[in-house]
Amino acid sequence: MAEYQNLFTQVQVHAPSFPGVSVGRDDRERTGTPTHVHLFGRLGDAQIGPIYLGWFGLASLICGFIAFEIIGLNMMASVNWDPIEFVRQLFWLALEPPAPHYGLSIPPLNEGGWWLMAGFFLTTSILLWWVRMYRRARALGMGTHVAWAFAAAIWLYLVLGFIRPVLMGSWSEAVPFGIFPHLDWTAAFSIRYGNLFYNPFHMLSIAFLYGSTLLFAMHGATILAVSRFGGEREIEQIVDRGTASERAALFWRWTMGFNASMESIHRWAWWFAVLCPLTGGIGILLTGTVVDNWYLWAVKHHVAPMYPAVFGTVVDPATVQGVQP
Amino acid sequence: MNTLKATLRVVAMLGAGLLIAACEKPPIDTVQRGVRGTGMVQVYNPRIVEGEQQKNVVPEPIPAAPREGQKASEVFQNVKVLGDVSVAEFTRLMVAMTAWVSPEQGCAYCHKLENMADDSMYTKVVARRMIQMTQHINADWKPHVADTGVTCYTCHRGMPVPAEVWFQPPPQKHATRMAGSKMQQNTPDAAVAYASLPYDAFTRYLQKGQEIRVNAVTALPTAAPGSLADTEGTYGLMMHMSDALGVNCTYCHNSRAFAPWTESTPQRQTAWHGIRMARDLNNDYMVPLTATFPAHRLGPTGDVAKLNCATCHQGAYKPLYGTPMLKDYLALSAPGAQAALPPAAAAAAEAPAPAAEAEAAKP
Repeated sequence: MAEYQNLFTQVQVHAPSFPGVSVGRDDRERTGTPTHVHLFGRLGDAQIGPIYLGWFGLASLICGFIAFEIIGLNMMASVNWDPIEFVRQLFWLALEPPAPHYGLSIPPLNEGGWWLMAGFFLTTSILLWWVRMYRRARALGMGTHVAWAFAAAIWLYLVLGFIRPVLMGSWSEAVPFGIFPHLDWTAAFSIRYGNLFYNPFHMLSIAFLYGSTLLFAMHGATILAVSRFGGEREIEQIVDRGTASERAALFWRWTMGFNASMESIHRWAWWFAVLCPLTGGIGILLTGTVVDNWYLWAVKHHVAPMYPAVFGTVVDPATVQGVQP
Repeated sequence: MNTLKATLRVVAMLGAGLLIAACEKPPIDTVQRGVRGTGMVQVYNPRIVEGEQQKNVVPEPIPAAPREGQKASEVFQNVKVLGDVSVAEFTRLMVAMTAWVSPEQGCAYCHKLENMADDSMYTKVVARRMIQMTQHINADWKPHVADTGVTCYTCHRGMPVPAEVWFQPPPQKHATRMAGSKMQQNTPDAAVAYASLPYDAFTRYLQKGQEIRVNAVTALPTAAPGSLADTEGTYGLMMHMSDALGVNCTYCHNSRAFAPWTESTPQRQTAWHGIRMARDLNNDYMVPLTATFPAHRLGPTGDVAKLNCATCHQGAYKPLYGTPMLKDYLALSAPGAQAALPPAAAAAAEAPAPAAEAEAAKP
């Protein structure tokens, strides 16, 4: 006899396929006959489908596919269509933005034109997917919280790849499409602009990022811990607080003197998650446009501490007279 | 079922083994250099350092030769650089050079044995210029090499061509096509320690003298000194320097602010001169030798072999861990230095020759 575990789900309840709630029309949004996959059931719901794609979803997938192909085929061409080299160098390969001297003009295809095109299709794809999320939530009579949380991530993406490059007057400020190249870009970005860790919006973004993981862990742990009292039925507990909710609340009051409510914890989580890319995007937007060197900015505003000069006097040799340039 | 689980377990363990096989085995040593808590530390793997030590042992010096007596130019023909040196010292240096540069090929690597004065072998012409280069480094680049100086062995280490030289990277194949330009980066290349950064850093910075500094010197935007693309170029050069010296960024920089000199270590000053030295040597000594070398010694684009930080350092923070070799071969310390030197007994007490004296002795 299987035993119910509340850390790893080992029990799967088998039930007939459920097509989902009626949305009051002819339910034409539903495509395909639902099926059950045991492995999926270990992670979430075993039922797959019905699926809704729709015109926005279809257009989004097509645009995403075009962007993926432009990036992938450029990478493939850069190793002269050699599949072995493609696999060996995959982490290094990239589709690079135009060189700085092109500014915001449209460069030849092989000198950044493909990058612009891939960026256009990827952005279109993401925006169409956002519309689809918004519309599906509305169709089900839900709030649009998921769409707006996604919009926060899109904001950061647009700042990095579009808004800030436009403000700086150069596509070359944008991120390349590639695995190591985008990481090296990130490091170079911080180095060029005098250490992003001194950017207060970057600090906020990190606080919300780590705060999100902390809240997620606290909330997940609390609900699992009271699931033996029905605590996982959170929505019911919001309006009809049961013993699970009471125990969870008392636990946190005992341990830290304060507790979130069954409802407010989700607002906390949503805002922490949303503010992470929101503040991060503001930090990126200010970099180079408003502040050119975050370290010097932090020195100016007494944010960066000064340490004893243990290495003695170190001077720039370029400023010393008589030194060969 | 049990067999399946056991098999899965073995596969998982093998997989985990493969995953960590690329990692360096702990423990790793860290050496604090700056103020506590600032991360100004050097990270060393003691097992790698142990292997490096064997590579940086200096060969025993050849017993000193008398510095008086006839000069090389009075006895031998066609001695253009070391003519002021005594015959005994000249011969001693030739023996040493053979051991340093062509121990297997011997004298015949540079000389026609039937006529040692003959200049028809390119190796002899190059070797003469390299002696001048060594003298130039030791006399004029003291801010970088100090009194430790360099000899042929610093780079050659028993090989006719030093292990670490660089050529201009060949242009990407099919670069003129419609797609697939790598823009001189995004390739696993040893020149930038296998980062995806631009890999032609040596041409840019150690030959052409492109601006390395990319940071703004004011908090708010004024005149932007470097683009992000420039920054990636500088970053590539710094990856090479770190790799060539076997040190972290923090050997020269405080990584919280790479640009300000007040945040940096004194080693950054030495490195600054080193970059200029490499530029000087590449442009004034190596590039003019391009036509002297046979085609098979040239790079893929027909350029001459050039030097970078790794050519001398070869993974050590100081070449040969700073063991002085020049003091035993003072003829290499400056152009015409030997003529100005005191006799051997006094030289041992006062070595190496001060640069000013050496300059005065220039022919």
